[in-house]
Amino acid sequence: MPEGLRLALVVAGKDIRAELRSKTALLSATVFAALVLVIFNFARDPTALSAGDLAPSALWVTFAFAAMVAMNRAFTVEREHDAIDGLLLAPIPRGALFAGKLLANLAFVAAVEAVALPLFVLFFNVDLSRSLWGIVGTAVLATIGFVAVGTVFGAMAVRTRFAELLLPVLLLPFMVPPLVGAVQVTSRLLADRPLSEMLGWLRILAAYDVVFVTLAALVFSSVVDE
Amino acid sequence: MPSSDGAILDAVGLERAFGALRVLRGLDVRVRAGEALVVAGPNGAGKTTLLRVLAGLARPSSGEVWVLGARVGPSNPDARRPIGFVSHQSMLYDDLTVRENVVLAARLYGLPDPGAAAERALAAVGLDGRGDERPRHLSRGLLQRASIARALVHAPRLLLLDEPFTGLDAPAGERLRELLAERLAAGLALVLVTHHLDEAWQLASRVAVLAGGRWVLEEPRVGELAGFLPRYHALVHA
Repeated sequence: MPEGLRLALVVAGKDIRAELRSKTALLSATVFAALVLVIFNFARDPTALSAGDLAPSALWVTFAFAAMVAMNRAFTVEREHDAIDGLLLAPIPRGALFAGKLLANLAFVAAVEAVALPLFVLFFNVDLSRSLWGIVGTAVLATIGFVAVGTVFGAMAVRTRFAELLLPVLLLPFMVPPLVGAVQVTSRLLADRPLSEMLGWLRILAAYDVVFVTLAALVFSSVVDE
Repeated sequence: MPSSDGAILDAVGLERAFGALRVLRGLDVRVRAGEALVVAGPNGAGKTTLLRVLAGLARPSSGEVWVLGARVGPSNPDARRPIGFVSHQSMLYDDLTVRENVVLAARLYGLPDPGAAAERALAAVGLDGRGDERPRHLSRGLLQRASIARALVHAPRLLLLDEPFTGLDAPAGERLRELLAERLAAGLALVLVTHHLDEAWQLASRVAVLAGGRWVLEEPRVGELAGFLPRYHALVHA
């Protein structure tokens, strides 16, 4: 196994092991996701807006905010006892460190999304029998990009006193393009529209991933090093 | 360029500024194998910043740090491999056990048998048998020992210690001095920052005093601490 990949897996494994033990990020993000879905469900006026019309937006707003809760926690653990210094001190290429943190964040956000999706079906009474794999694929495509950006901003915020506040403020503007794309694709999937109607948005999501994962990997070193 | 006279650590012209505040002002630091440089100085002298720069955790505004002939910097991760660092903070994860924390460090340094290396490091600081505890459940002294085990697990050639005796009781402090003396005899290079010279005096090969980001004294340790202290107080209160 290449050394960089091994080190990335060590870093990701550490984060996942610590999270499985504390469950802080997963529990808080899952409860948060459930609350957002409940609020969307009860705040909707059924005579003015059908559940199907609101469902795509509700799903992605839930995913986005729950992801932020999960990512915030991922870097909070690095701040306690200056644990991040232990990582920075070790002979790890910064690219491997970024990859490790990205993998762990993707695992956290994917876990939250996996729990939130059935809750979404429950609250919005949508039929995913034909669109489930499309929505899963869209979630993968949209999540990779904004989690990469969130990983960089999380590393940047970890050295500040207002990390919990800073991450959402920095990240939200960068989440807009993948969220718009994901909502558009999801609404077409739920309406059982043909793939040709979604291709443009899927290309945008893929391009966002390529551009922002690359950019995030490039700037990570300058963000984490004092 | 690094010196070729057997120095493990060779830092030249180190400057570090935070905005207009110049914390380090052109420091040179050279430590050879088996040498212990004990650095003292008043609060705010730049001691911790110096150690962070030497460890590669903070970039100097100017100057260079070389360890075993490799320049320390973010783009050269292998240059950090021979460095061990104990800071004010333990650098341990509360959600992992002490053993898992030390094993993690061993894995990050690519040791062939991380578990065995962690057990040796824990035994060296007297924490064998407490490896399954979480850092949050340890006393300040035990946490410090765990932090030292983490720093020693990869058998560093250069050890940077920031107030390593903080929180240690007398037997643990004595044990740490013995451990450091053993490692020094085996060729370790040590830079130890302290406010309490009495705890590190016998380990020191050289003593340096940092004030206002500059060396105001650097000389071989000679004689007893009692003879040095009046000069030290005169320097730092000048």
